[in-house]
Amino acid sequence: MKIAISISGNKLESPFDPRFGRAAAFCLVDSESGAWSAHENPALSASGGAGVQAAQCIAKLGAQAIVSGAYGPNAFNTLSPAGITMYLAPTGETLTAADVLALFKAGKLSKTAAATHEGHHEGHR
Amino acid sequence: MRIVVASGKGGTGKTTIATSLALIAGKSVRFMDCDVEAPNAALFLNPKLVTRKEVGILLPVVDEALCTHCGKCAAVCEFHAIAVIGKKTLVFPELCHGCGSCTLICPEKVISERLAVMGVLESGATVTGIDFARGVMNVGEPMAVPIIRELKKWAPANPPAVEIRDSPPGASCPVVETIRGADFVLLVTEPTPFGLHDLKQVIGIARELGRPAGVVINRDGIGDNAVEKYCTEANLPILLRIPMERRFAEAIAAGKTLVEAAPEYRAPFCALLENIKARATG
Repeated sequence: MKIAISISGNKLESPFDPRFGRAAAFCLVDSESGAWSAHENPALSASGGAGVQAAQCIAKLGAQAIVSGAYGPNAFNTLSPAGITMYLAPTGETLTAADVLALFKAGKLSKTAAATHEGHHEGHR
Repeated sequence: MRIVVASGKGGTGKTTIATSLALIAGKSVRFMDCDVEAPNAALFLNPKLVTRKEVGILLPVVDEALCTHCGKCAAVCEFHAIAVIGKKTLVFPELCHGCGSCTLICPEKVISERLAVMGVLESGATVTGIDFARGVMNVGEPMAVPIIRELKKWAPANPPAVEIRDSPPGASCPVVETIRGADFVLLVTEPTPFGLHDLKQVIGIARELGRPAGVVINRDGIGDNAVEKYCTEANLPILLRIPMERRFAEAIAAGKTLVEAAPEYRAPFCALLENIKARATG
């Protein structure tokens, strides 16, 4: 199973980035083989709609699951029909992508069935 | 000639200046209240509003049965308001700016458009014959620009000699849209650090758009002289000063315009208009 993790760097030792749409990058890991690759987030400097754009990127990478710290309504509504399961990792501690992967494999991460916060778009246009 | 009255900071006196300017500007005047989030010029000019029109943006509607999910619509969208995920095309109305690019680019021609109403335009005339128009945004709508754009397009049958646009406060997209196409930007400020900070921002917009500008200092005598100093340095003419006086505040609170409450200001306002005419581009 391929899972994506939001990170701020390009290694498995890079820190976990709890933001989804504005994460610096995503790490794509094959949970069986352990093979991984890092991918820049095209939405990092988007003027708006970052959640939608980042979610499309995750779908194109072929991930079946994503681990981040929060999902807005647009991200949720794009990831959800794509069949990508959304997991939440703890945001208060300093974790690396490798730590998050270990938590995932150990079944210690919770899924979310709804957006975790409201959108950022009110009054911005 | 199109004159925009803007300020950046709210409450500096945009509507006070714009309404008095309209009253001395002669017979052929159109007043446009572009502050669609909180239009209040009608409280002073008391127009009889007789026509009404719903406005908004055109949102894409995708016919999923015929869509090939090629992704061209999602790729062209500057605002990520449309996404193609596998065999689904998703539209995010709150991100859409209504530009129509997705409809144009769709090779299968399966995107149609529907009007999403965001507010209304209203127009009429005042007893003194000022042609009045305003936009009123629906409560809860996040986007003022489409309403201002439609208001500017909603021209009367006979083009007026003078068009006065009362701008929204701030220095973001609605102000840019109000200034776009104007011949002169009249900046109303107050001599305070807040007034100066926002004055600089709106001057930046006017200059970026290549519009000539001048300043009105309202509540002259309060605060400091930093606005004055800045105007000299930035080569910005100060065209009118209005002192801080209790009787002005009382008149405005009672719904009167400045030139009605203080007729001695008719002559300075006439001089202001002449000065603007001499400096305007159009």
